[in-house]
Amino acid sequence: MAYDVIIIGGGVTGCAIARSLSKYNLSVVLLEKNEDVCSETSKANSGIVHSGYDPEPGTLMAKLNVKGGAMIEQLSKELDFDYIKNGSMIISFDKNDAPQLKELYDRGVANGVEQMEILSGDEARAIEPNLTDEVQGALLCKTGGIVDPFNLTYALAENAYINGVEFIFNCPVTSINKRNNLYEIKCNDKKTYRTKYVVNAAGVYSDVIHNMVSKKKLHITPKRGNYILFDNEVENFVTHTIFQLPTKLGKGILVTPTAHGNLLIGPTSISQEDKEDTSTNLNDLDTVTNQAARSVKNIPFRKVITSFSGIRAAEDGGDFILGEASDAENFFDAAGIKSPGLSCSPATGEYIADLIVKKAGANKKDDFIATRKATIRTKGMNQAEYTTLIKKDPTYGTIVCRCEQVSEGEIIDAINRPLGAKSLDGIKRRVRAGMGRCQAGFCTARTLEILCKQTGMEMSEVCKNNKGSEVLMGDDE
Amino acid sequence: MSTKELTCIGCPMGCQLTVDFDDKNNMVKSVTGNNCKIGERYAQKELTNPTRIVTSSIKVDGGDLAMVSVKTESDIPKGKIFEIMKEIHETKAIAPIKIGDVMIENVAGTNVNIVATRNIKNIAAKGIKTA
Amino acid sequence: MKYDIVIIGGGPAGLAAAVSSKENKTDNILIIERSDSLGGILNQCIHNGFGLHTFKEELTGPEYAARYIQQVQELKIPYLLNTMVIDVKFHSITYINKTEGMVTIEAKAIILAMGCRERPRGALNIPGYRPSGIFPAGTAQRLMNIEGHKVGKKVVILGSGDIGLIMARRLTLEGAKVEVVAELMPFSGGLKRNIVQCLDDFNIPLKLSHTVIDIEGKDRVTGIVLAKVGPDRRPIAGTEVHYECDTLLLSVGLLPENELSRKADVEISPITNGPVVDDELQTSTEGIFACGNVLHVHDLVDYVSEEAALAGKEASEYVKRGEIKRNTIKINAENGVRYTVPQRVDPKSMSDLLTVRFRVANVYTGRYICVYFDNTLIKKTKKKVLAPGEMEKVILKKEELAKYPTITSITIKTEEE
Repeated sequence: MAYDVIIIGGGVTGCAIARSLSKYNLSVVLLEKNEDVCSETSKANSGIVHSGYDPEPGTLMAKLNVKGGAMIEQLSKELDFDYIKNGSMIISFDKNDAPQLKELYDRGVANGVEQMEILSGDEARAIEPNLTDEVQGALLCKTGGIVDPFNLTYALAENAYINGVEFIFNCPVTSINKRNNLYEIKCNDKKTYRTKYVVNAAGVYSDVIHNMVSKKKLHITPKRGNYILFDNEVENFVTHTIFQLPTKLGKGILVTPTAHGNLLIGPTSISQEDKEDTSTNLNDLDTVTNQAARSVKNIPFRKVITSFSGIRAAEDGGDFILGEASDAENFFDAAGIKSPGLSCSPATGEYIADLIVKKAGANKKDDFIATRKATIRTKGMNQAEYTTLIKKDPTYGTIVCRCEQVSEGEIIDAINRPLGAKSLDGIKRRVRAGMGRCQAGFCTARTLEILCKQTGMEMSEVCKNNKGSEVLMGDDE
Repeated sequence: MSTKELTCIGCPMGCQLTVDFDDKNNMVKSVTGNNCKIGERYAQKELTNPTRIVTSSIKVDGGDLAMVSVKTESDIPKGKIFEIMKEIHETKAIAPIKIGDVMIENVAGTNVNIVATRNIKNIAAKGIKTA
Repeated sequence: MKYDIVIIGGGPAGLAAAVSSKENKTDNILIIERSDSLGGILNQCIHNGFGLHTFKEELTGPEYAARYIQQVQELKIPYLLNTMVIDVKFHSITYINKTEGMVTIEAKAIILAMGCRERPRGALNIPGYRPSGIFPAGTAQRLMNIEGHKVGKKVVILGSGDIGLIMARRLTLEGAKVEVVAELMPFSGGLKRNIVQCLDDFNIPLKLSHTVIDIEGKDRVTGIVLAKVGPDRRPIAGTEVHYECDTLLLSVGLLPENELSRKADVEISPITNGPVVDDELQTSTEGIFACGNVLHVHDLVDYVSEEAALAGKEASEYVKRGEIKRNTIKINAENGVRYTVPQRVDPKSMSDLLTVRFRVANVYTGRYICVYFDNTLIKKTKKKVLAPGEMEKVILKKEELAKYPTITSITIKTEEE
């Protein structure tokens, strides 16, 4: 049997494409090499919805950025994930940089970005008192936003799944061949899937996947970004996302609140060859610290709760690779997705889906389910809401993660909902249990139990994420 | 004769003891540095016949908890620790359990019992649902 | 629902405070505990060493807890289990549980006894991968002692505080191999007795002035790298040593859990990370008292019980008499004394005797603990050894302070020979 479309890669881009395709009468399957969607770049990034002043005007990237941002705002209501239009500020440290700020402003205008304003250093500090005295000027952009990148991805994936897309996990693609006008995709050198159309949304490995079918080779240079995350007790340290003027290396170190209420600083932009190296190191963390200290003062380093690193897929040509491969018919790339990949994602999803839908001549479903409800969040509920909920389901009355106030009921839902969590990280990213200041020190024992009870797993089988990351040892070990 | 330095563990003060020890006859000649008699007794014991209290946990059947914490009722020869652990690992306890209940009699031939240090309810009897 | 005293936390501090309040004739008490049983952290501290002062016996953690739980039950003090307090505003407490939902109650006095949590890896910016197999020592302790799980086979422990040392022994007894205990400071933070019984007994090496500079393994820990650190606590290049292991335990500090205290606008000391209190253990917010690890991290539960009993008594007195005007003076911690608890005292309305507990900043030998009333030296006590890991105390007498009616501050400091 053959599918209409196989999507390789379950990051935010792959899931967005899946969701867009699921509006049509097509058989679609998404192959993901890890045990869950949102396992790689999509789970380790800045969570920023860029306004769109940065990309070159007229480029596809610029169009997708602005469109994607608007779509994320809309989808946050339809698909129920956290998005905050907190606004951004690009700051400069040199009076001579005023023309550069103006250039960004002009680019923004050309790209259709609204509500921008150039401020002096003092005006910027009036809005953001923690900016350093070194700040000489700023471009204020009210349309910038922050988003929960995990639940954006899960929302797209779950909605795609509900609308008929199949998801297959632990399925790294090892070879792609063309036979009888169909693509044969092999996973783990074992199982083969056949399809008419292929979408390559394989992130850091999108060059490897593309190069399996095309002679026009792509090369991805993984770019590692280290981040430092602070306790959400540090509220309103800054309210806007503070960028430094972009350089050739990228958008620079930013200082931003997150959609979850934490303070985040980072990322670095270190080129490496190793596609798997997501380690942090002292130098990178020092770089983040020192560069952030240029933008803001009094960084509350006593309130650091964790650091992490993510890899972006930067294609050597410098741009997204979007569209049908010129020498591989029916093979569509959504490759080299670095920043502003997250911001573009729903728009990228639509763009690639439209190309395929047109080629396939597919028609729209009339029973497409357009909305999705996230797991109930008990934190912040008022008395009446809460008491009603407990009467219906008492498991929401037992708090498991005390740092983020996440109840047993929420964890159970995270596991049992469509494309539910099967690991500790899966639970953490869906409902935040383990993301708080004690970093799962308190809730791990209880979360392990709940996972076992809900899935029938043995305790020694429960993983932090993929197989091989088992948390406990078996009795016989 | 030799001089030995040890830290008294009789109480959390941790006095630093200096002991004159007759190796040939396995006898303590003198102890200094102690704040109380416990230190004197400790040096005597630790150098001639070192003992320890062993604490661990034993798997429970039918209890409201999976493990019952246990201890040796009094101190046992230091050299027997791992033999005792082996017996503990091979033992299963049955709920209900009260603090002080004997879990293993005369563990590893020491004439010392392993006793429970936590109360465990019987879940079957109480009709308490398992987790 | 209105109570005289609500105690947040049913661990050793909350239990002792409750018993003390009841013994001081306050009946309308409620203990609120988030776990499924009373006893707090003692339930997983299955080792012995508890109770030498309180009961003149050496007990294990659960046994010590059972003594107080029994008293609470005999005194018929009401308590809620599986109930989490989510907000405290004087005079109201909001809690949630699965039977009642969300409830707000009122209290004349509140005793904070929430204990502390462990500092995670992330807070230290330990670089490397983020594999499974990294546990705060207390989490590993719970998994092993309460649930009976195996956390690892080859273990490295960072931090020689008591929890790390106790777990080194526990893991060894359960068949794991503890390769090394690394300690950032040039001295151990744990009790001497634990160094002997947990490390020396099993020939587990202790590397002082060392820290973890890399964690290897993408899915599960496969190894860690230790390096020596200089006086600035930064790693010294060239001193790196690699250890193969599958587990890293972290015993890198305890942080009083004062999230609720902050909600109640209680002033928090940046040194103890706990509320600033006066000799009645009353915080900066009238009617809110604090005791136990939430106030400052203790080493001995016996001192927690003593401190909590005082808080219980004072809360009881407060309920009976209401707020009275107190003129408190500061107790300064200087020259090697990191902090004191309490931080303030009212010499006129204090009890006859006040225990002031403190910790020193470093290991000192042959120093004196000196108590000054303003600039007058009152007491000078020689201490053979002073260490940050062992809490000390001085007793202040009311009648002594009465001799200095114009006193403006008390200072506790160390002085050399």
